[in-house]
Amino acid sequence: MRGLRWGVRALGEVVITLGMLLLLFVAWQLWWTDVTANRAQASTIQALEKGFGPPGRPERRAAGPPATLRKVPLGQAFAIVRIPRFGADYARPVLEGTDRDTLIKGMGHYSGTAFPGQVGNFALAGHRTTYGRPLNNIDLLQKGDVIVVETKASYVVYTVDRHVIVTPDKVAVIAPVPQRPGAKPTQAWLTMTACHPKFSAQYRYIVFAKLVKNIARASGLPSSFMAVPAGAAG
Amino acid sequence: MYGPLWRMLPGPWQVKALLLLVLVVGVVAVCFLWLFPAIAPHIPFNGNSIQTGLQLHGYSTAAA
Repeated sequence: MRGLRWGVRALGEVVITLGMLLLLFVAWQLWWTDVTANRAQASTIQALEKGFGPPGRPERRAAGPPATLRKVPLGQAFAIVRIPRFGADYARPVLEGTDRDTLIKGMGHYSGTAFPGQVGNFALAGHRTTYGRPLNNIDLLQKGDVIVVETKASYVVYTVDRHVIVTPDKVAVIAPVPQRPGAKPTQAWLTMTACHPKFSAQYRYIVFAKLVKNIARASGLPSSFMAVPAGAAG
Repeated sequence: MYGPLWRMLPGPWQVKALLLLVLVVGVVAVCFLWLFPAIAPHIPFNGNSIQTGLQLHGYSTAAA
């Protein structure tokens, strides 16, 4: 009888402990990964800004179109995405590749898709929740919202055209002409993909944006592009 | 499990409680900094099981 009571109590304590560990894991996933990823991504932004050099000024017009990137090693950060709809301070690094370890460090560039400003589709993936959740508010983007992709050579300005919600197997969303696989691209697009709904990986929320302007870095970015739209969450 | 632990801790109850607190903080730190990051890729409920890069596998956009 005594042994049985001891056994039941021990089992109860083990189960309670496992329950506590599970709750702790959820807290880690939903809260702590944001804390560490935000810190890491902010320092990546600082390093990129330092590497890009000081922004130019409008009166110093650069000669010729800005150079575009050709190849970036997997895992390397090479651009900064700014989206005024997400707040004036919103800035996230873009790294080459879309594997798990890369997406923890910022947005990932689908390897093989176009680079910023190029004809084709510059396609990005970003976390909707956890790990700094760069695309947490992707569903708030509206037609006409500005997305600025800053590289060492230029500020590439896109505006949102439309969005779709699709199953993960619809890879045509990142085709050179979005949603038209096999078609020959004549325009420069930006596509962002994130999980949908929040806290689920069942669908993807996809935003398509169209190139508006590719401004050489030496010319500087006109401040009008960075104006936060009215009603933005911030 | 917790009864014997409490009895093992030295000193009056105030000291025991303090030691227990230190132990708990230590366990949480080990979980947050080492254990959870290590097991997270293998936990199915955050969608990482279908995580992929398009160019690597070609069947799905990244689970993010």
